[in-house]
Amino acid sequence: MAQYEKILLKNMEQPGYSGSLKEYEQAGGYQALKKVLKDFSPDAVIDAVKKSGLRGRGGAGFPTGVKWGFIPKDHPGPKYLCCNADESEPGTFKDRQLMERDPHQMLEGMVITCFAIGAETAYIYIRGEFRLGAQILWRALDEAKAAGYVGENLLGSGKTINIYVHQGAGAYICGEETALLESLEGKRGMPRFKPPFPATHGLYQKPTVVNNVETMANIPHIINNGAEWFASIGSPPKSTGTRVFCLSGHVKRPGNYEVPMGIPFREFIYDLGGGMRSDKPLKGFIPGGASAPFLKPEHLDVKMDFESVALAGSMLGSGGVTVMEEGTSMVWAALRLMEFFYHESCGKCTPCREGSSWLVQTLQRIWQKKGRQGDIELLEELCGNIAGRTVCAFGEAEVGPVLSTIKHWRHEYEALIQEAQVALPPNKELPVFSH
Amino acid sequence: MIFEQLQNEVTAILARYPVKRSALLPLLNLAQAREGYVSEPAMREIAKLLDLTPPQVFETVTFYTMFNLKPIGTFHLQICKSLMCALVGSDDLVAWIKNQLDIGPGQTTSDNMFTLSVVECLGSCGTGPMMQVNDDYYEQLTEEKLKRIFDDLRRDGTCSLKSGPFMYPESAAK
Repeated sequence: MAQYEKILLKNMEQPGYSGSLKEYEQAGGYQALKKVLKDFSPDAVIDAVKKSGLRGRGGAGFPTGVKWGFIPKDHPGPKYLCCNADESEPGTFKDRQLMERDPHQMLEGMVITCFAIGAETAYIYIRGEFRLGAQILWRALDEAKAAGYVGENLLGSGKTINIYVHQGAGAYICGEETALLESLEGKRGMPRFKPPFPATHGLYQKPTVVNNVETMANIPHIINNGAEWFASIGSPPKSTGTRVFCLSGHVKRPGNYEVPMGIPFREFIYDLGGGMRSDKPLKGFIPGGASAPFLKPEHLDVKMDFESVALAGSMLGSGGVTVMEEGTSMVWAALRLMEFFYHESCGKCTPCREGSSWLVQTLQRIWQKKGRQGDIELLEELCGNIAGRTVCAFGEAEVGPVLSTIKHWRHEYEALIQEAQVALPPNKELPVFSH
Repeated sequence: MIFEQLQNEVTAILARYPVKRSALLPLLNLAQAREGYVSEPAMREIAKLLDLTPPQVFETVTFYTMFNLKPIGTFHLQICKSLMCALVGSDDLVAWIKNQLDIGPGQTTSDNMFTLSVVECLGSCGTGPMMQVNDDYYEQLTEEKLKRIFDDLRRDGTCSLKSGPFMYPESAAK
């Protein structure tokens, strides 16, 4: 099996590494921040991140340096940085590890980012369930403050950068950047219309950057080793660096694995993940979190980079790969995911709010063998009326599992509907929705 | 007046934000940690503290699933039912709990010890099936593990099987 050099997980894989400030410093931590304060202008940091090709690790894959470049330079401020630690895409559990095992790595990245965009205040929006992660971050912040890495007069530079942890309270949608901002303002977490974008009208209507935990954790390494080094890793020019991919489902060794972007799914699932957990072969997999359309075994040689997965008809998204073995009903799998989206739809846009409920009802009756002829077409029509008609990307996300399972395993839907026709009289009453 | 005894915490929370309303979720979290749920008097108090109307607080509370608007049992069992956990057996565990504790989702045991909720993804998909009990995660659950967790919680109020700082798979070097 190929061995890959770790960047983000390197420290935490050392025996006994606890993530304390002392250990992080011994491993070379906060050298990047010192270097930035000594030798870099804010623009030089932004240029380095642009050149590195780093793209957001939260799901959308937007180039990080470009995002920072949108922050208006002449704005009197204040400006804000929000670190998106609301990890809640089903299939994804990498940020939890990055925060709980090596918190200073992301904090150093955040301080450097604040320096680059001219922000004096940053918030870490962490999902409410991650109580342990929040405690660990607060502790790490206390350590960093005592050592002068965070707070007033940062390392004697005269700059002030304060970082606070802000806990959410259980809403998937708050991982969407504008919903996150609404939630941070103490409101219902409903996405905002874009434009204007957070870069000009973000938190409290001030210029704001929202970046994922893993994105932040990459920054110190880009400063330390140079943009060219980072840009040479992975699948240049468009998917550079490593990613911490998450593996779950019917595999022998689920978990987080850091690899250069661009290795094939086959290597990830079979070499790193040890292959299927039983003798049943692979039936299908989700390549990038619950929002990503399903792929089939024929896609195993697709490379794990942004462009290749998009070409295969799905998306690399948050990097959460979920594997399903032969014997798993794909109608059931789509229903389970749809129940998630139905539960998590914020309710702002009618197509998503009403459509998700309608999709769940229809999938439920098909799965319970009470489906009707025309239900597949109904699902397709509903999906067509949701995607692209909502304020945020949730609309596209929720139709992915339904449309892709219909595309790849239509016969499973047809068989269940056929069974219902045999079992039930033709003019039956519609089953009452229960959820 | 629950926040009277929490003056230091309230002051520290308010100092983090330039706009008072941002302190709403932290104060609600604080209230729930104190009382086990978010009571109406607590919401009214928070409204006063943040210069909001009680409906502004209430409309926000009801958006977030983690806030309980009613008192619940000592231990809140939240089992993840999303696809990733379901693939590795979460439904069986819910059925087992129903059988053992005689409660379904949304119900509390008669001794007021356990409340069961079936929830959506808690971000622990590689180590499923899993559940959260109050502030703690328990992962890679089996019926044997659940049995031990319930026994320990009943007896000691805590259980050593809870997750520490997360890393999976553990490094080969360890």
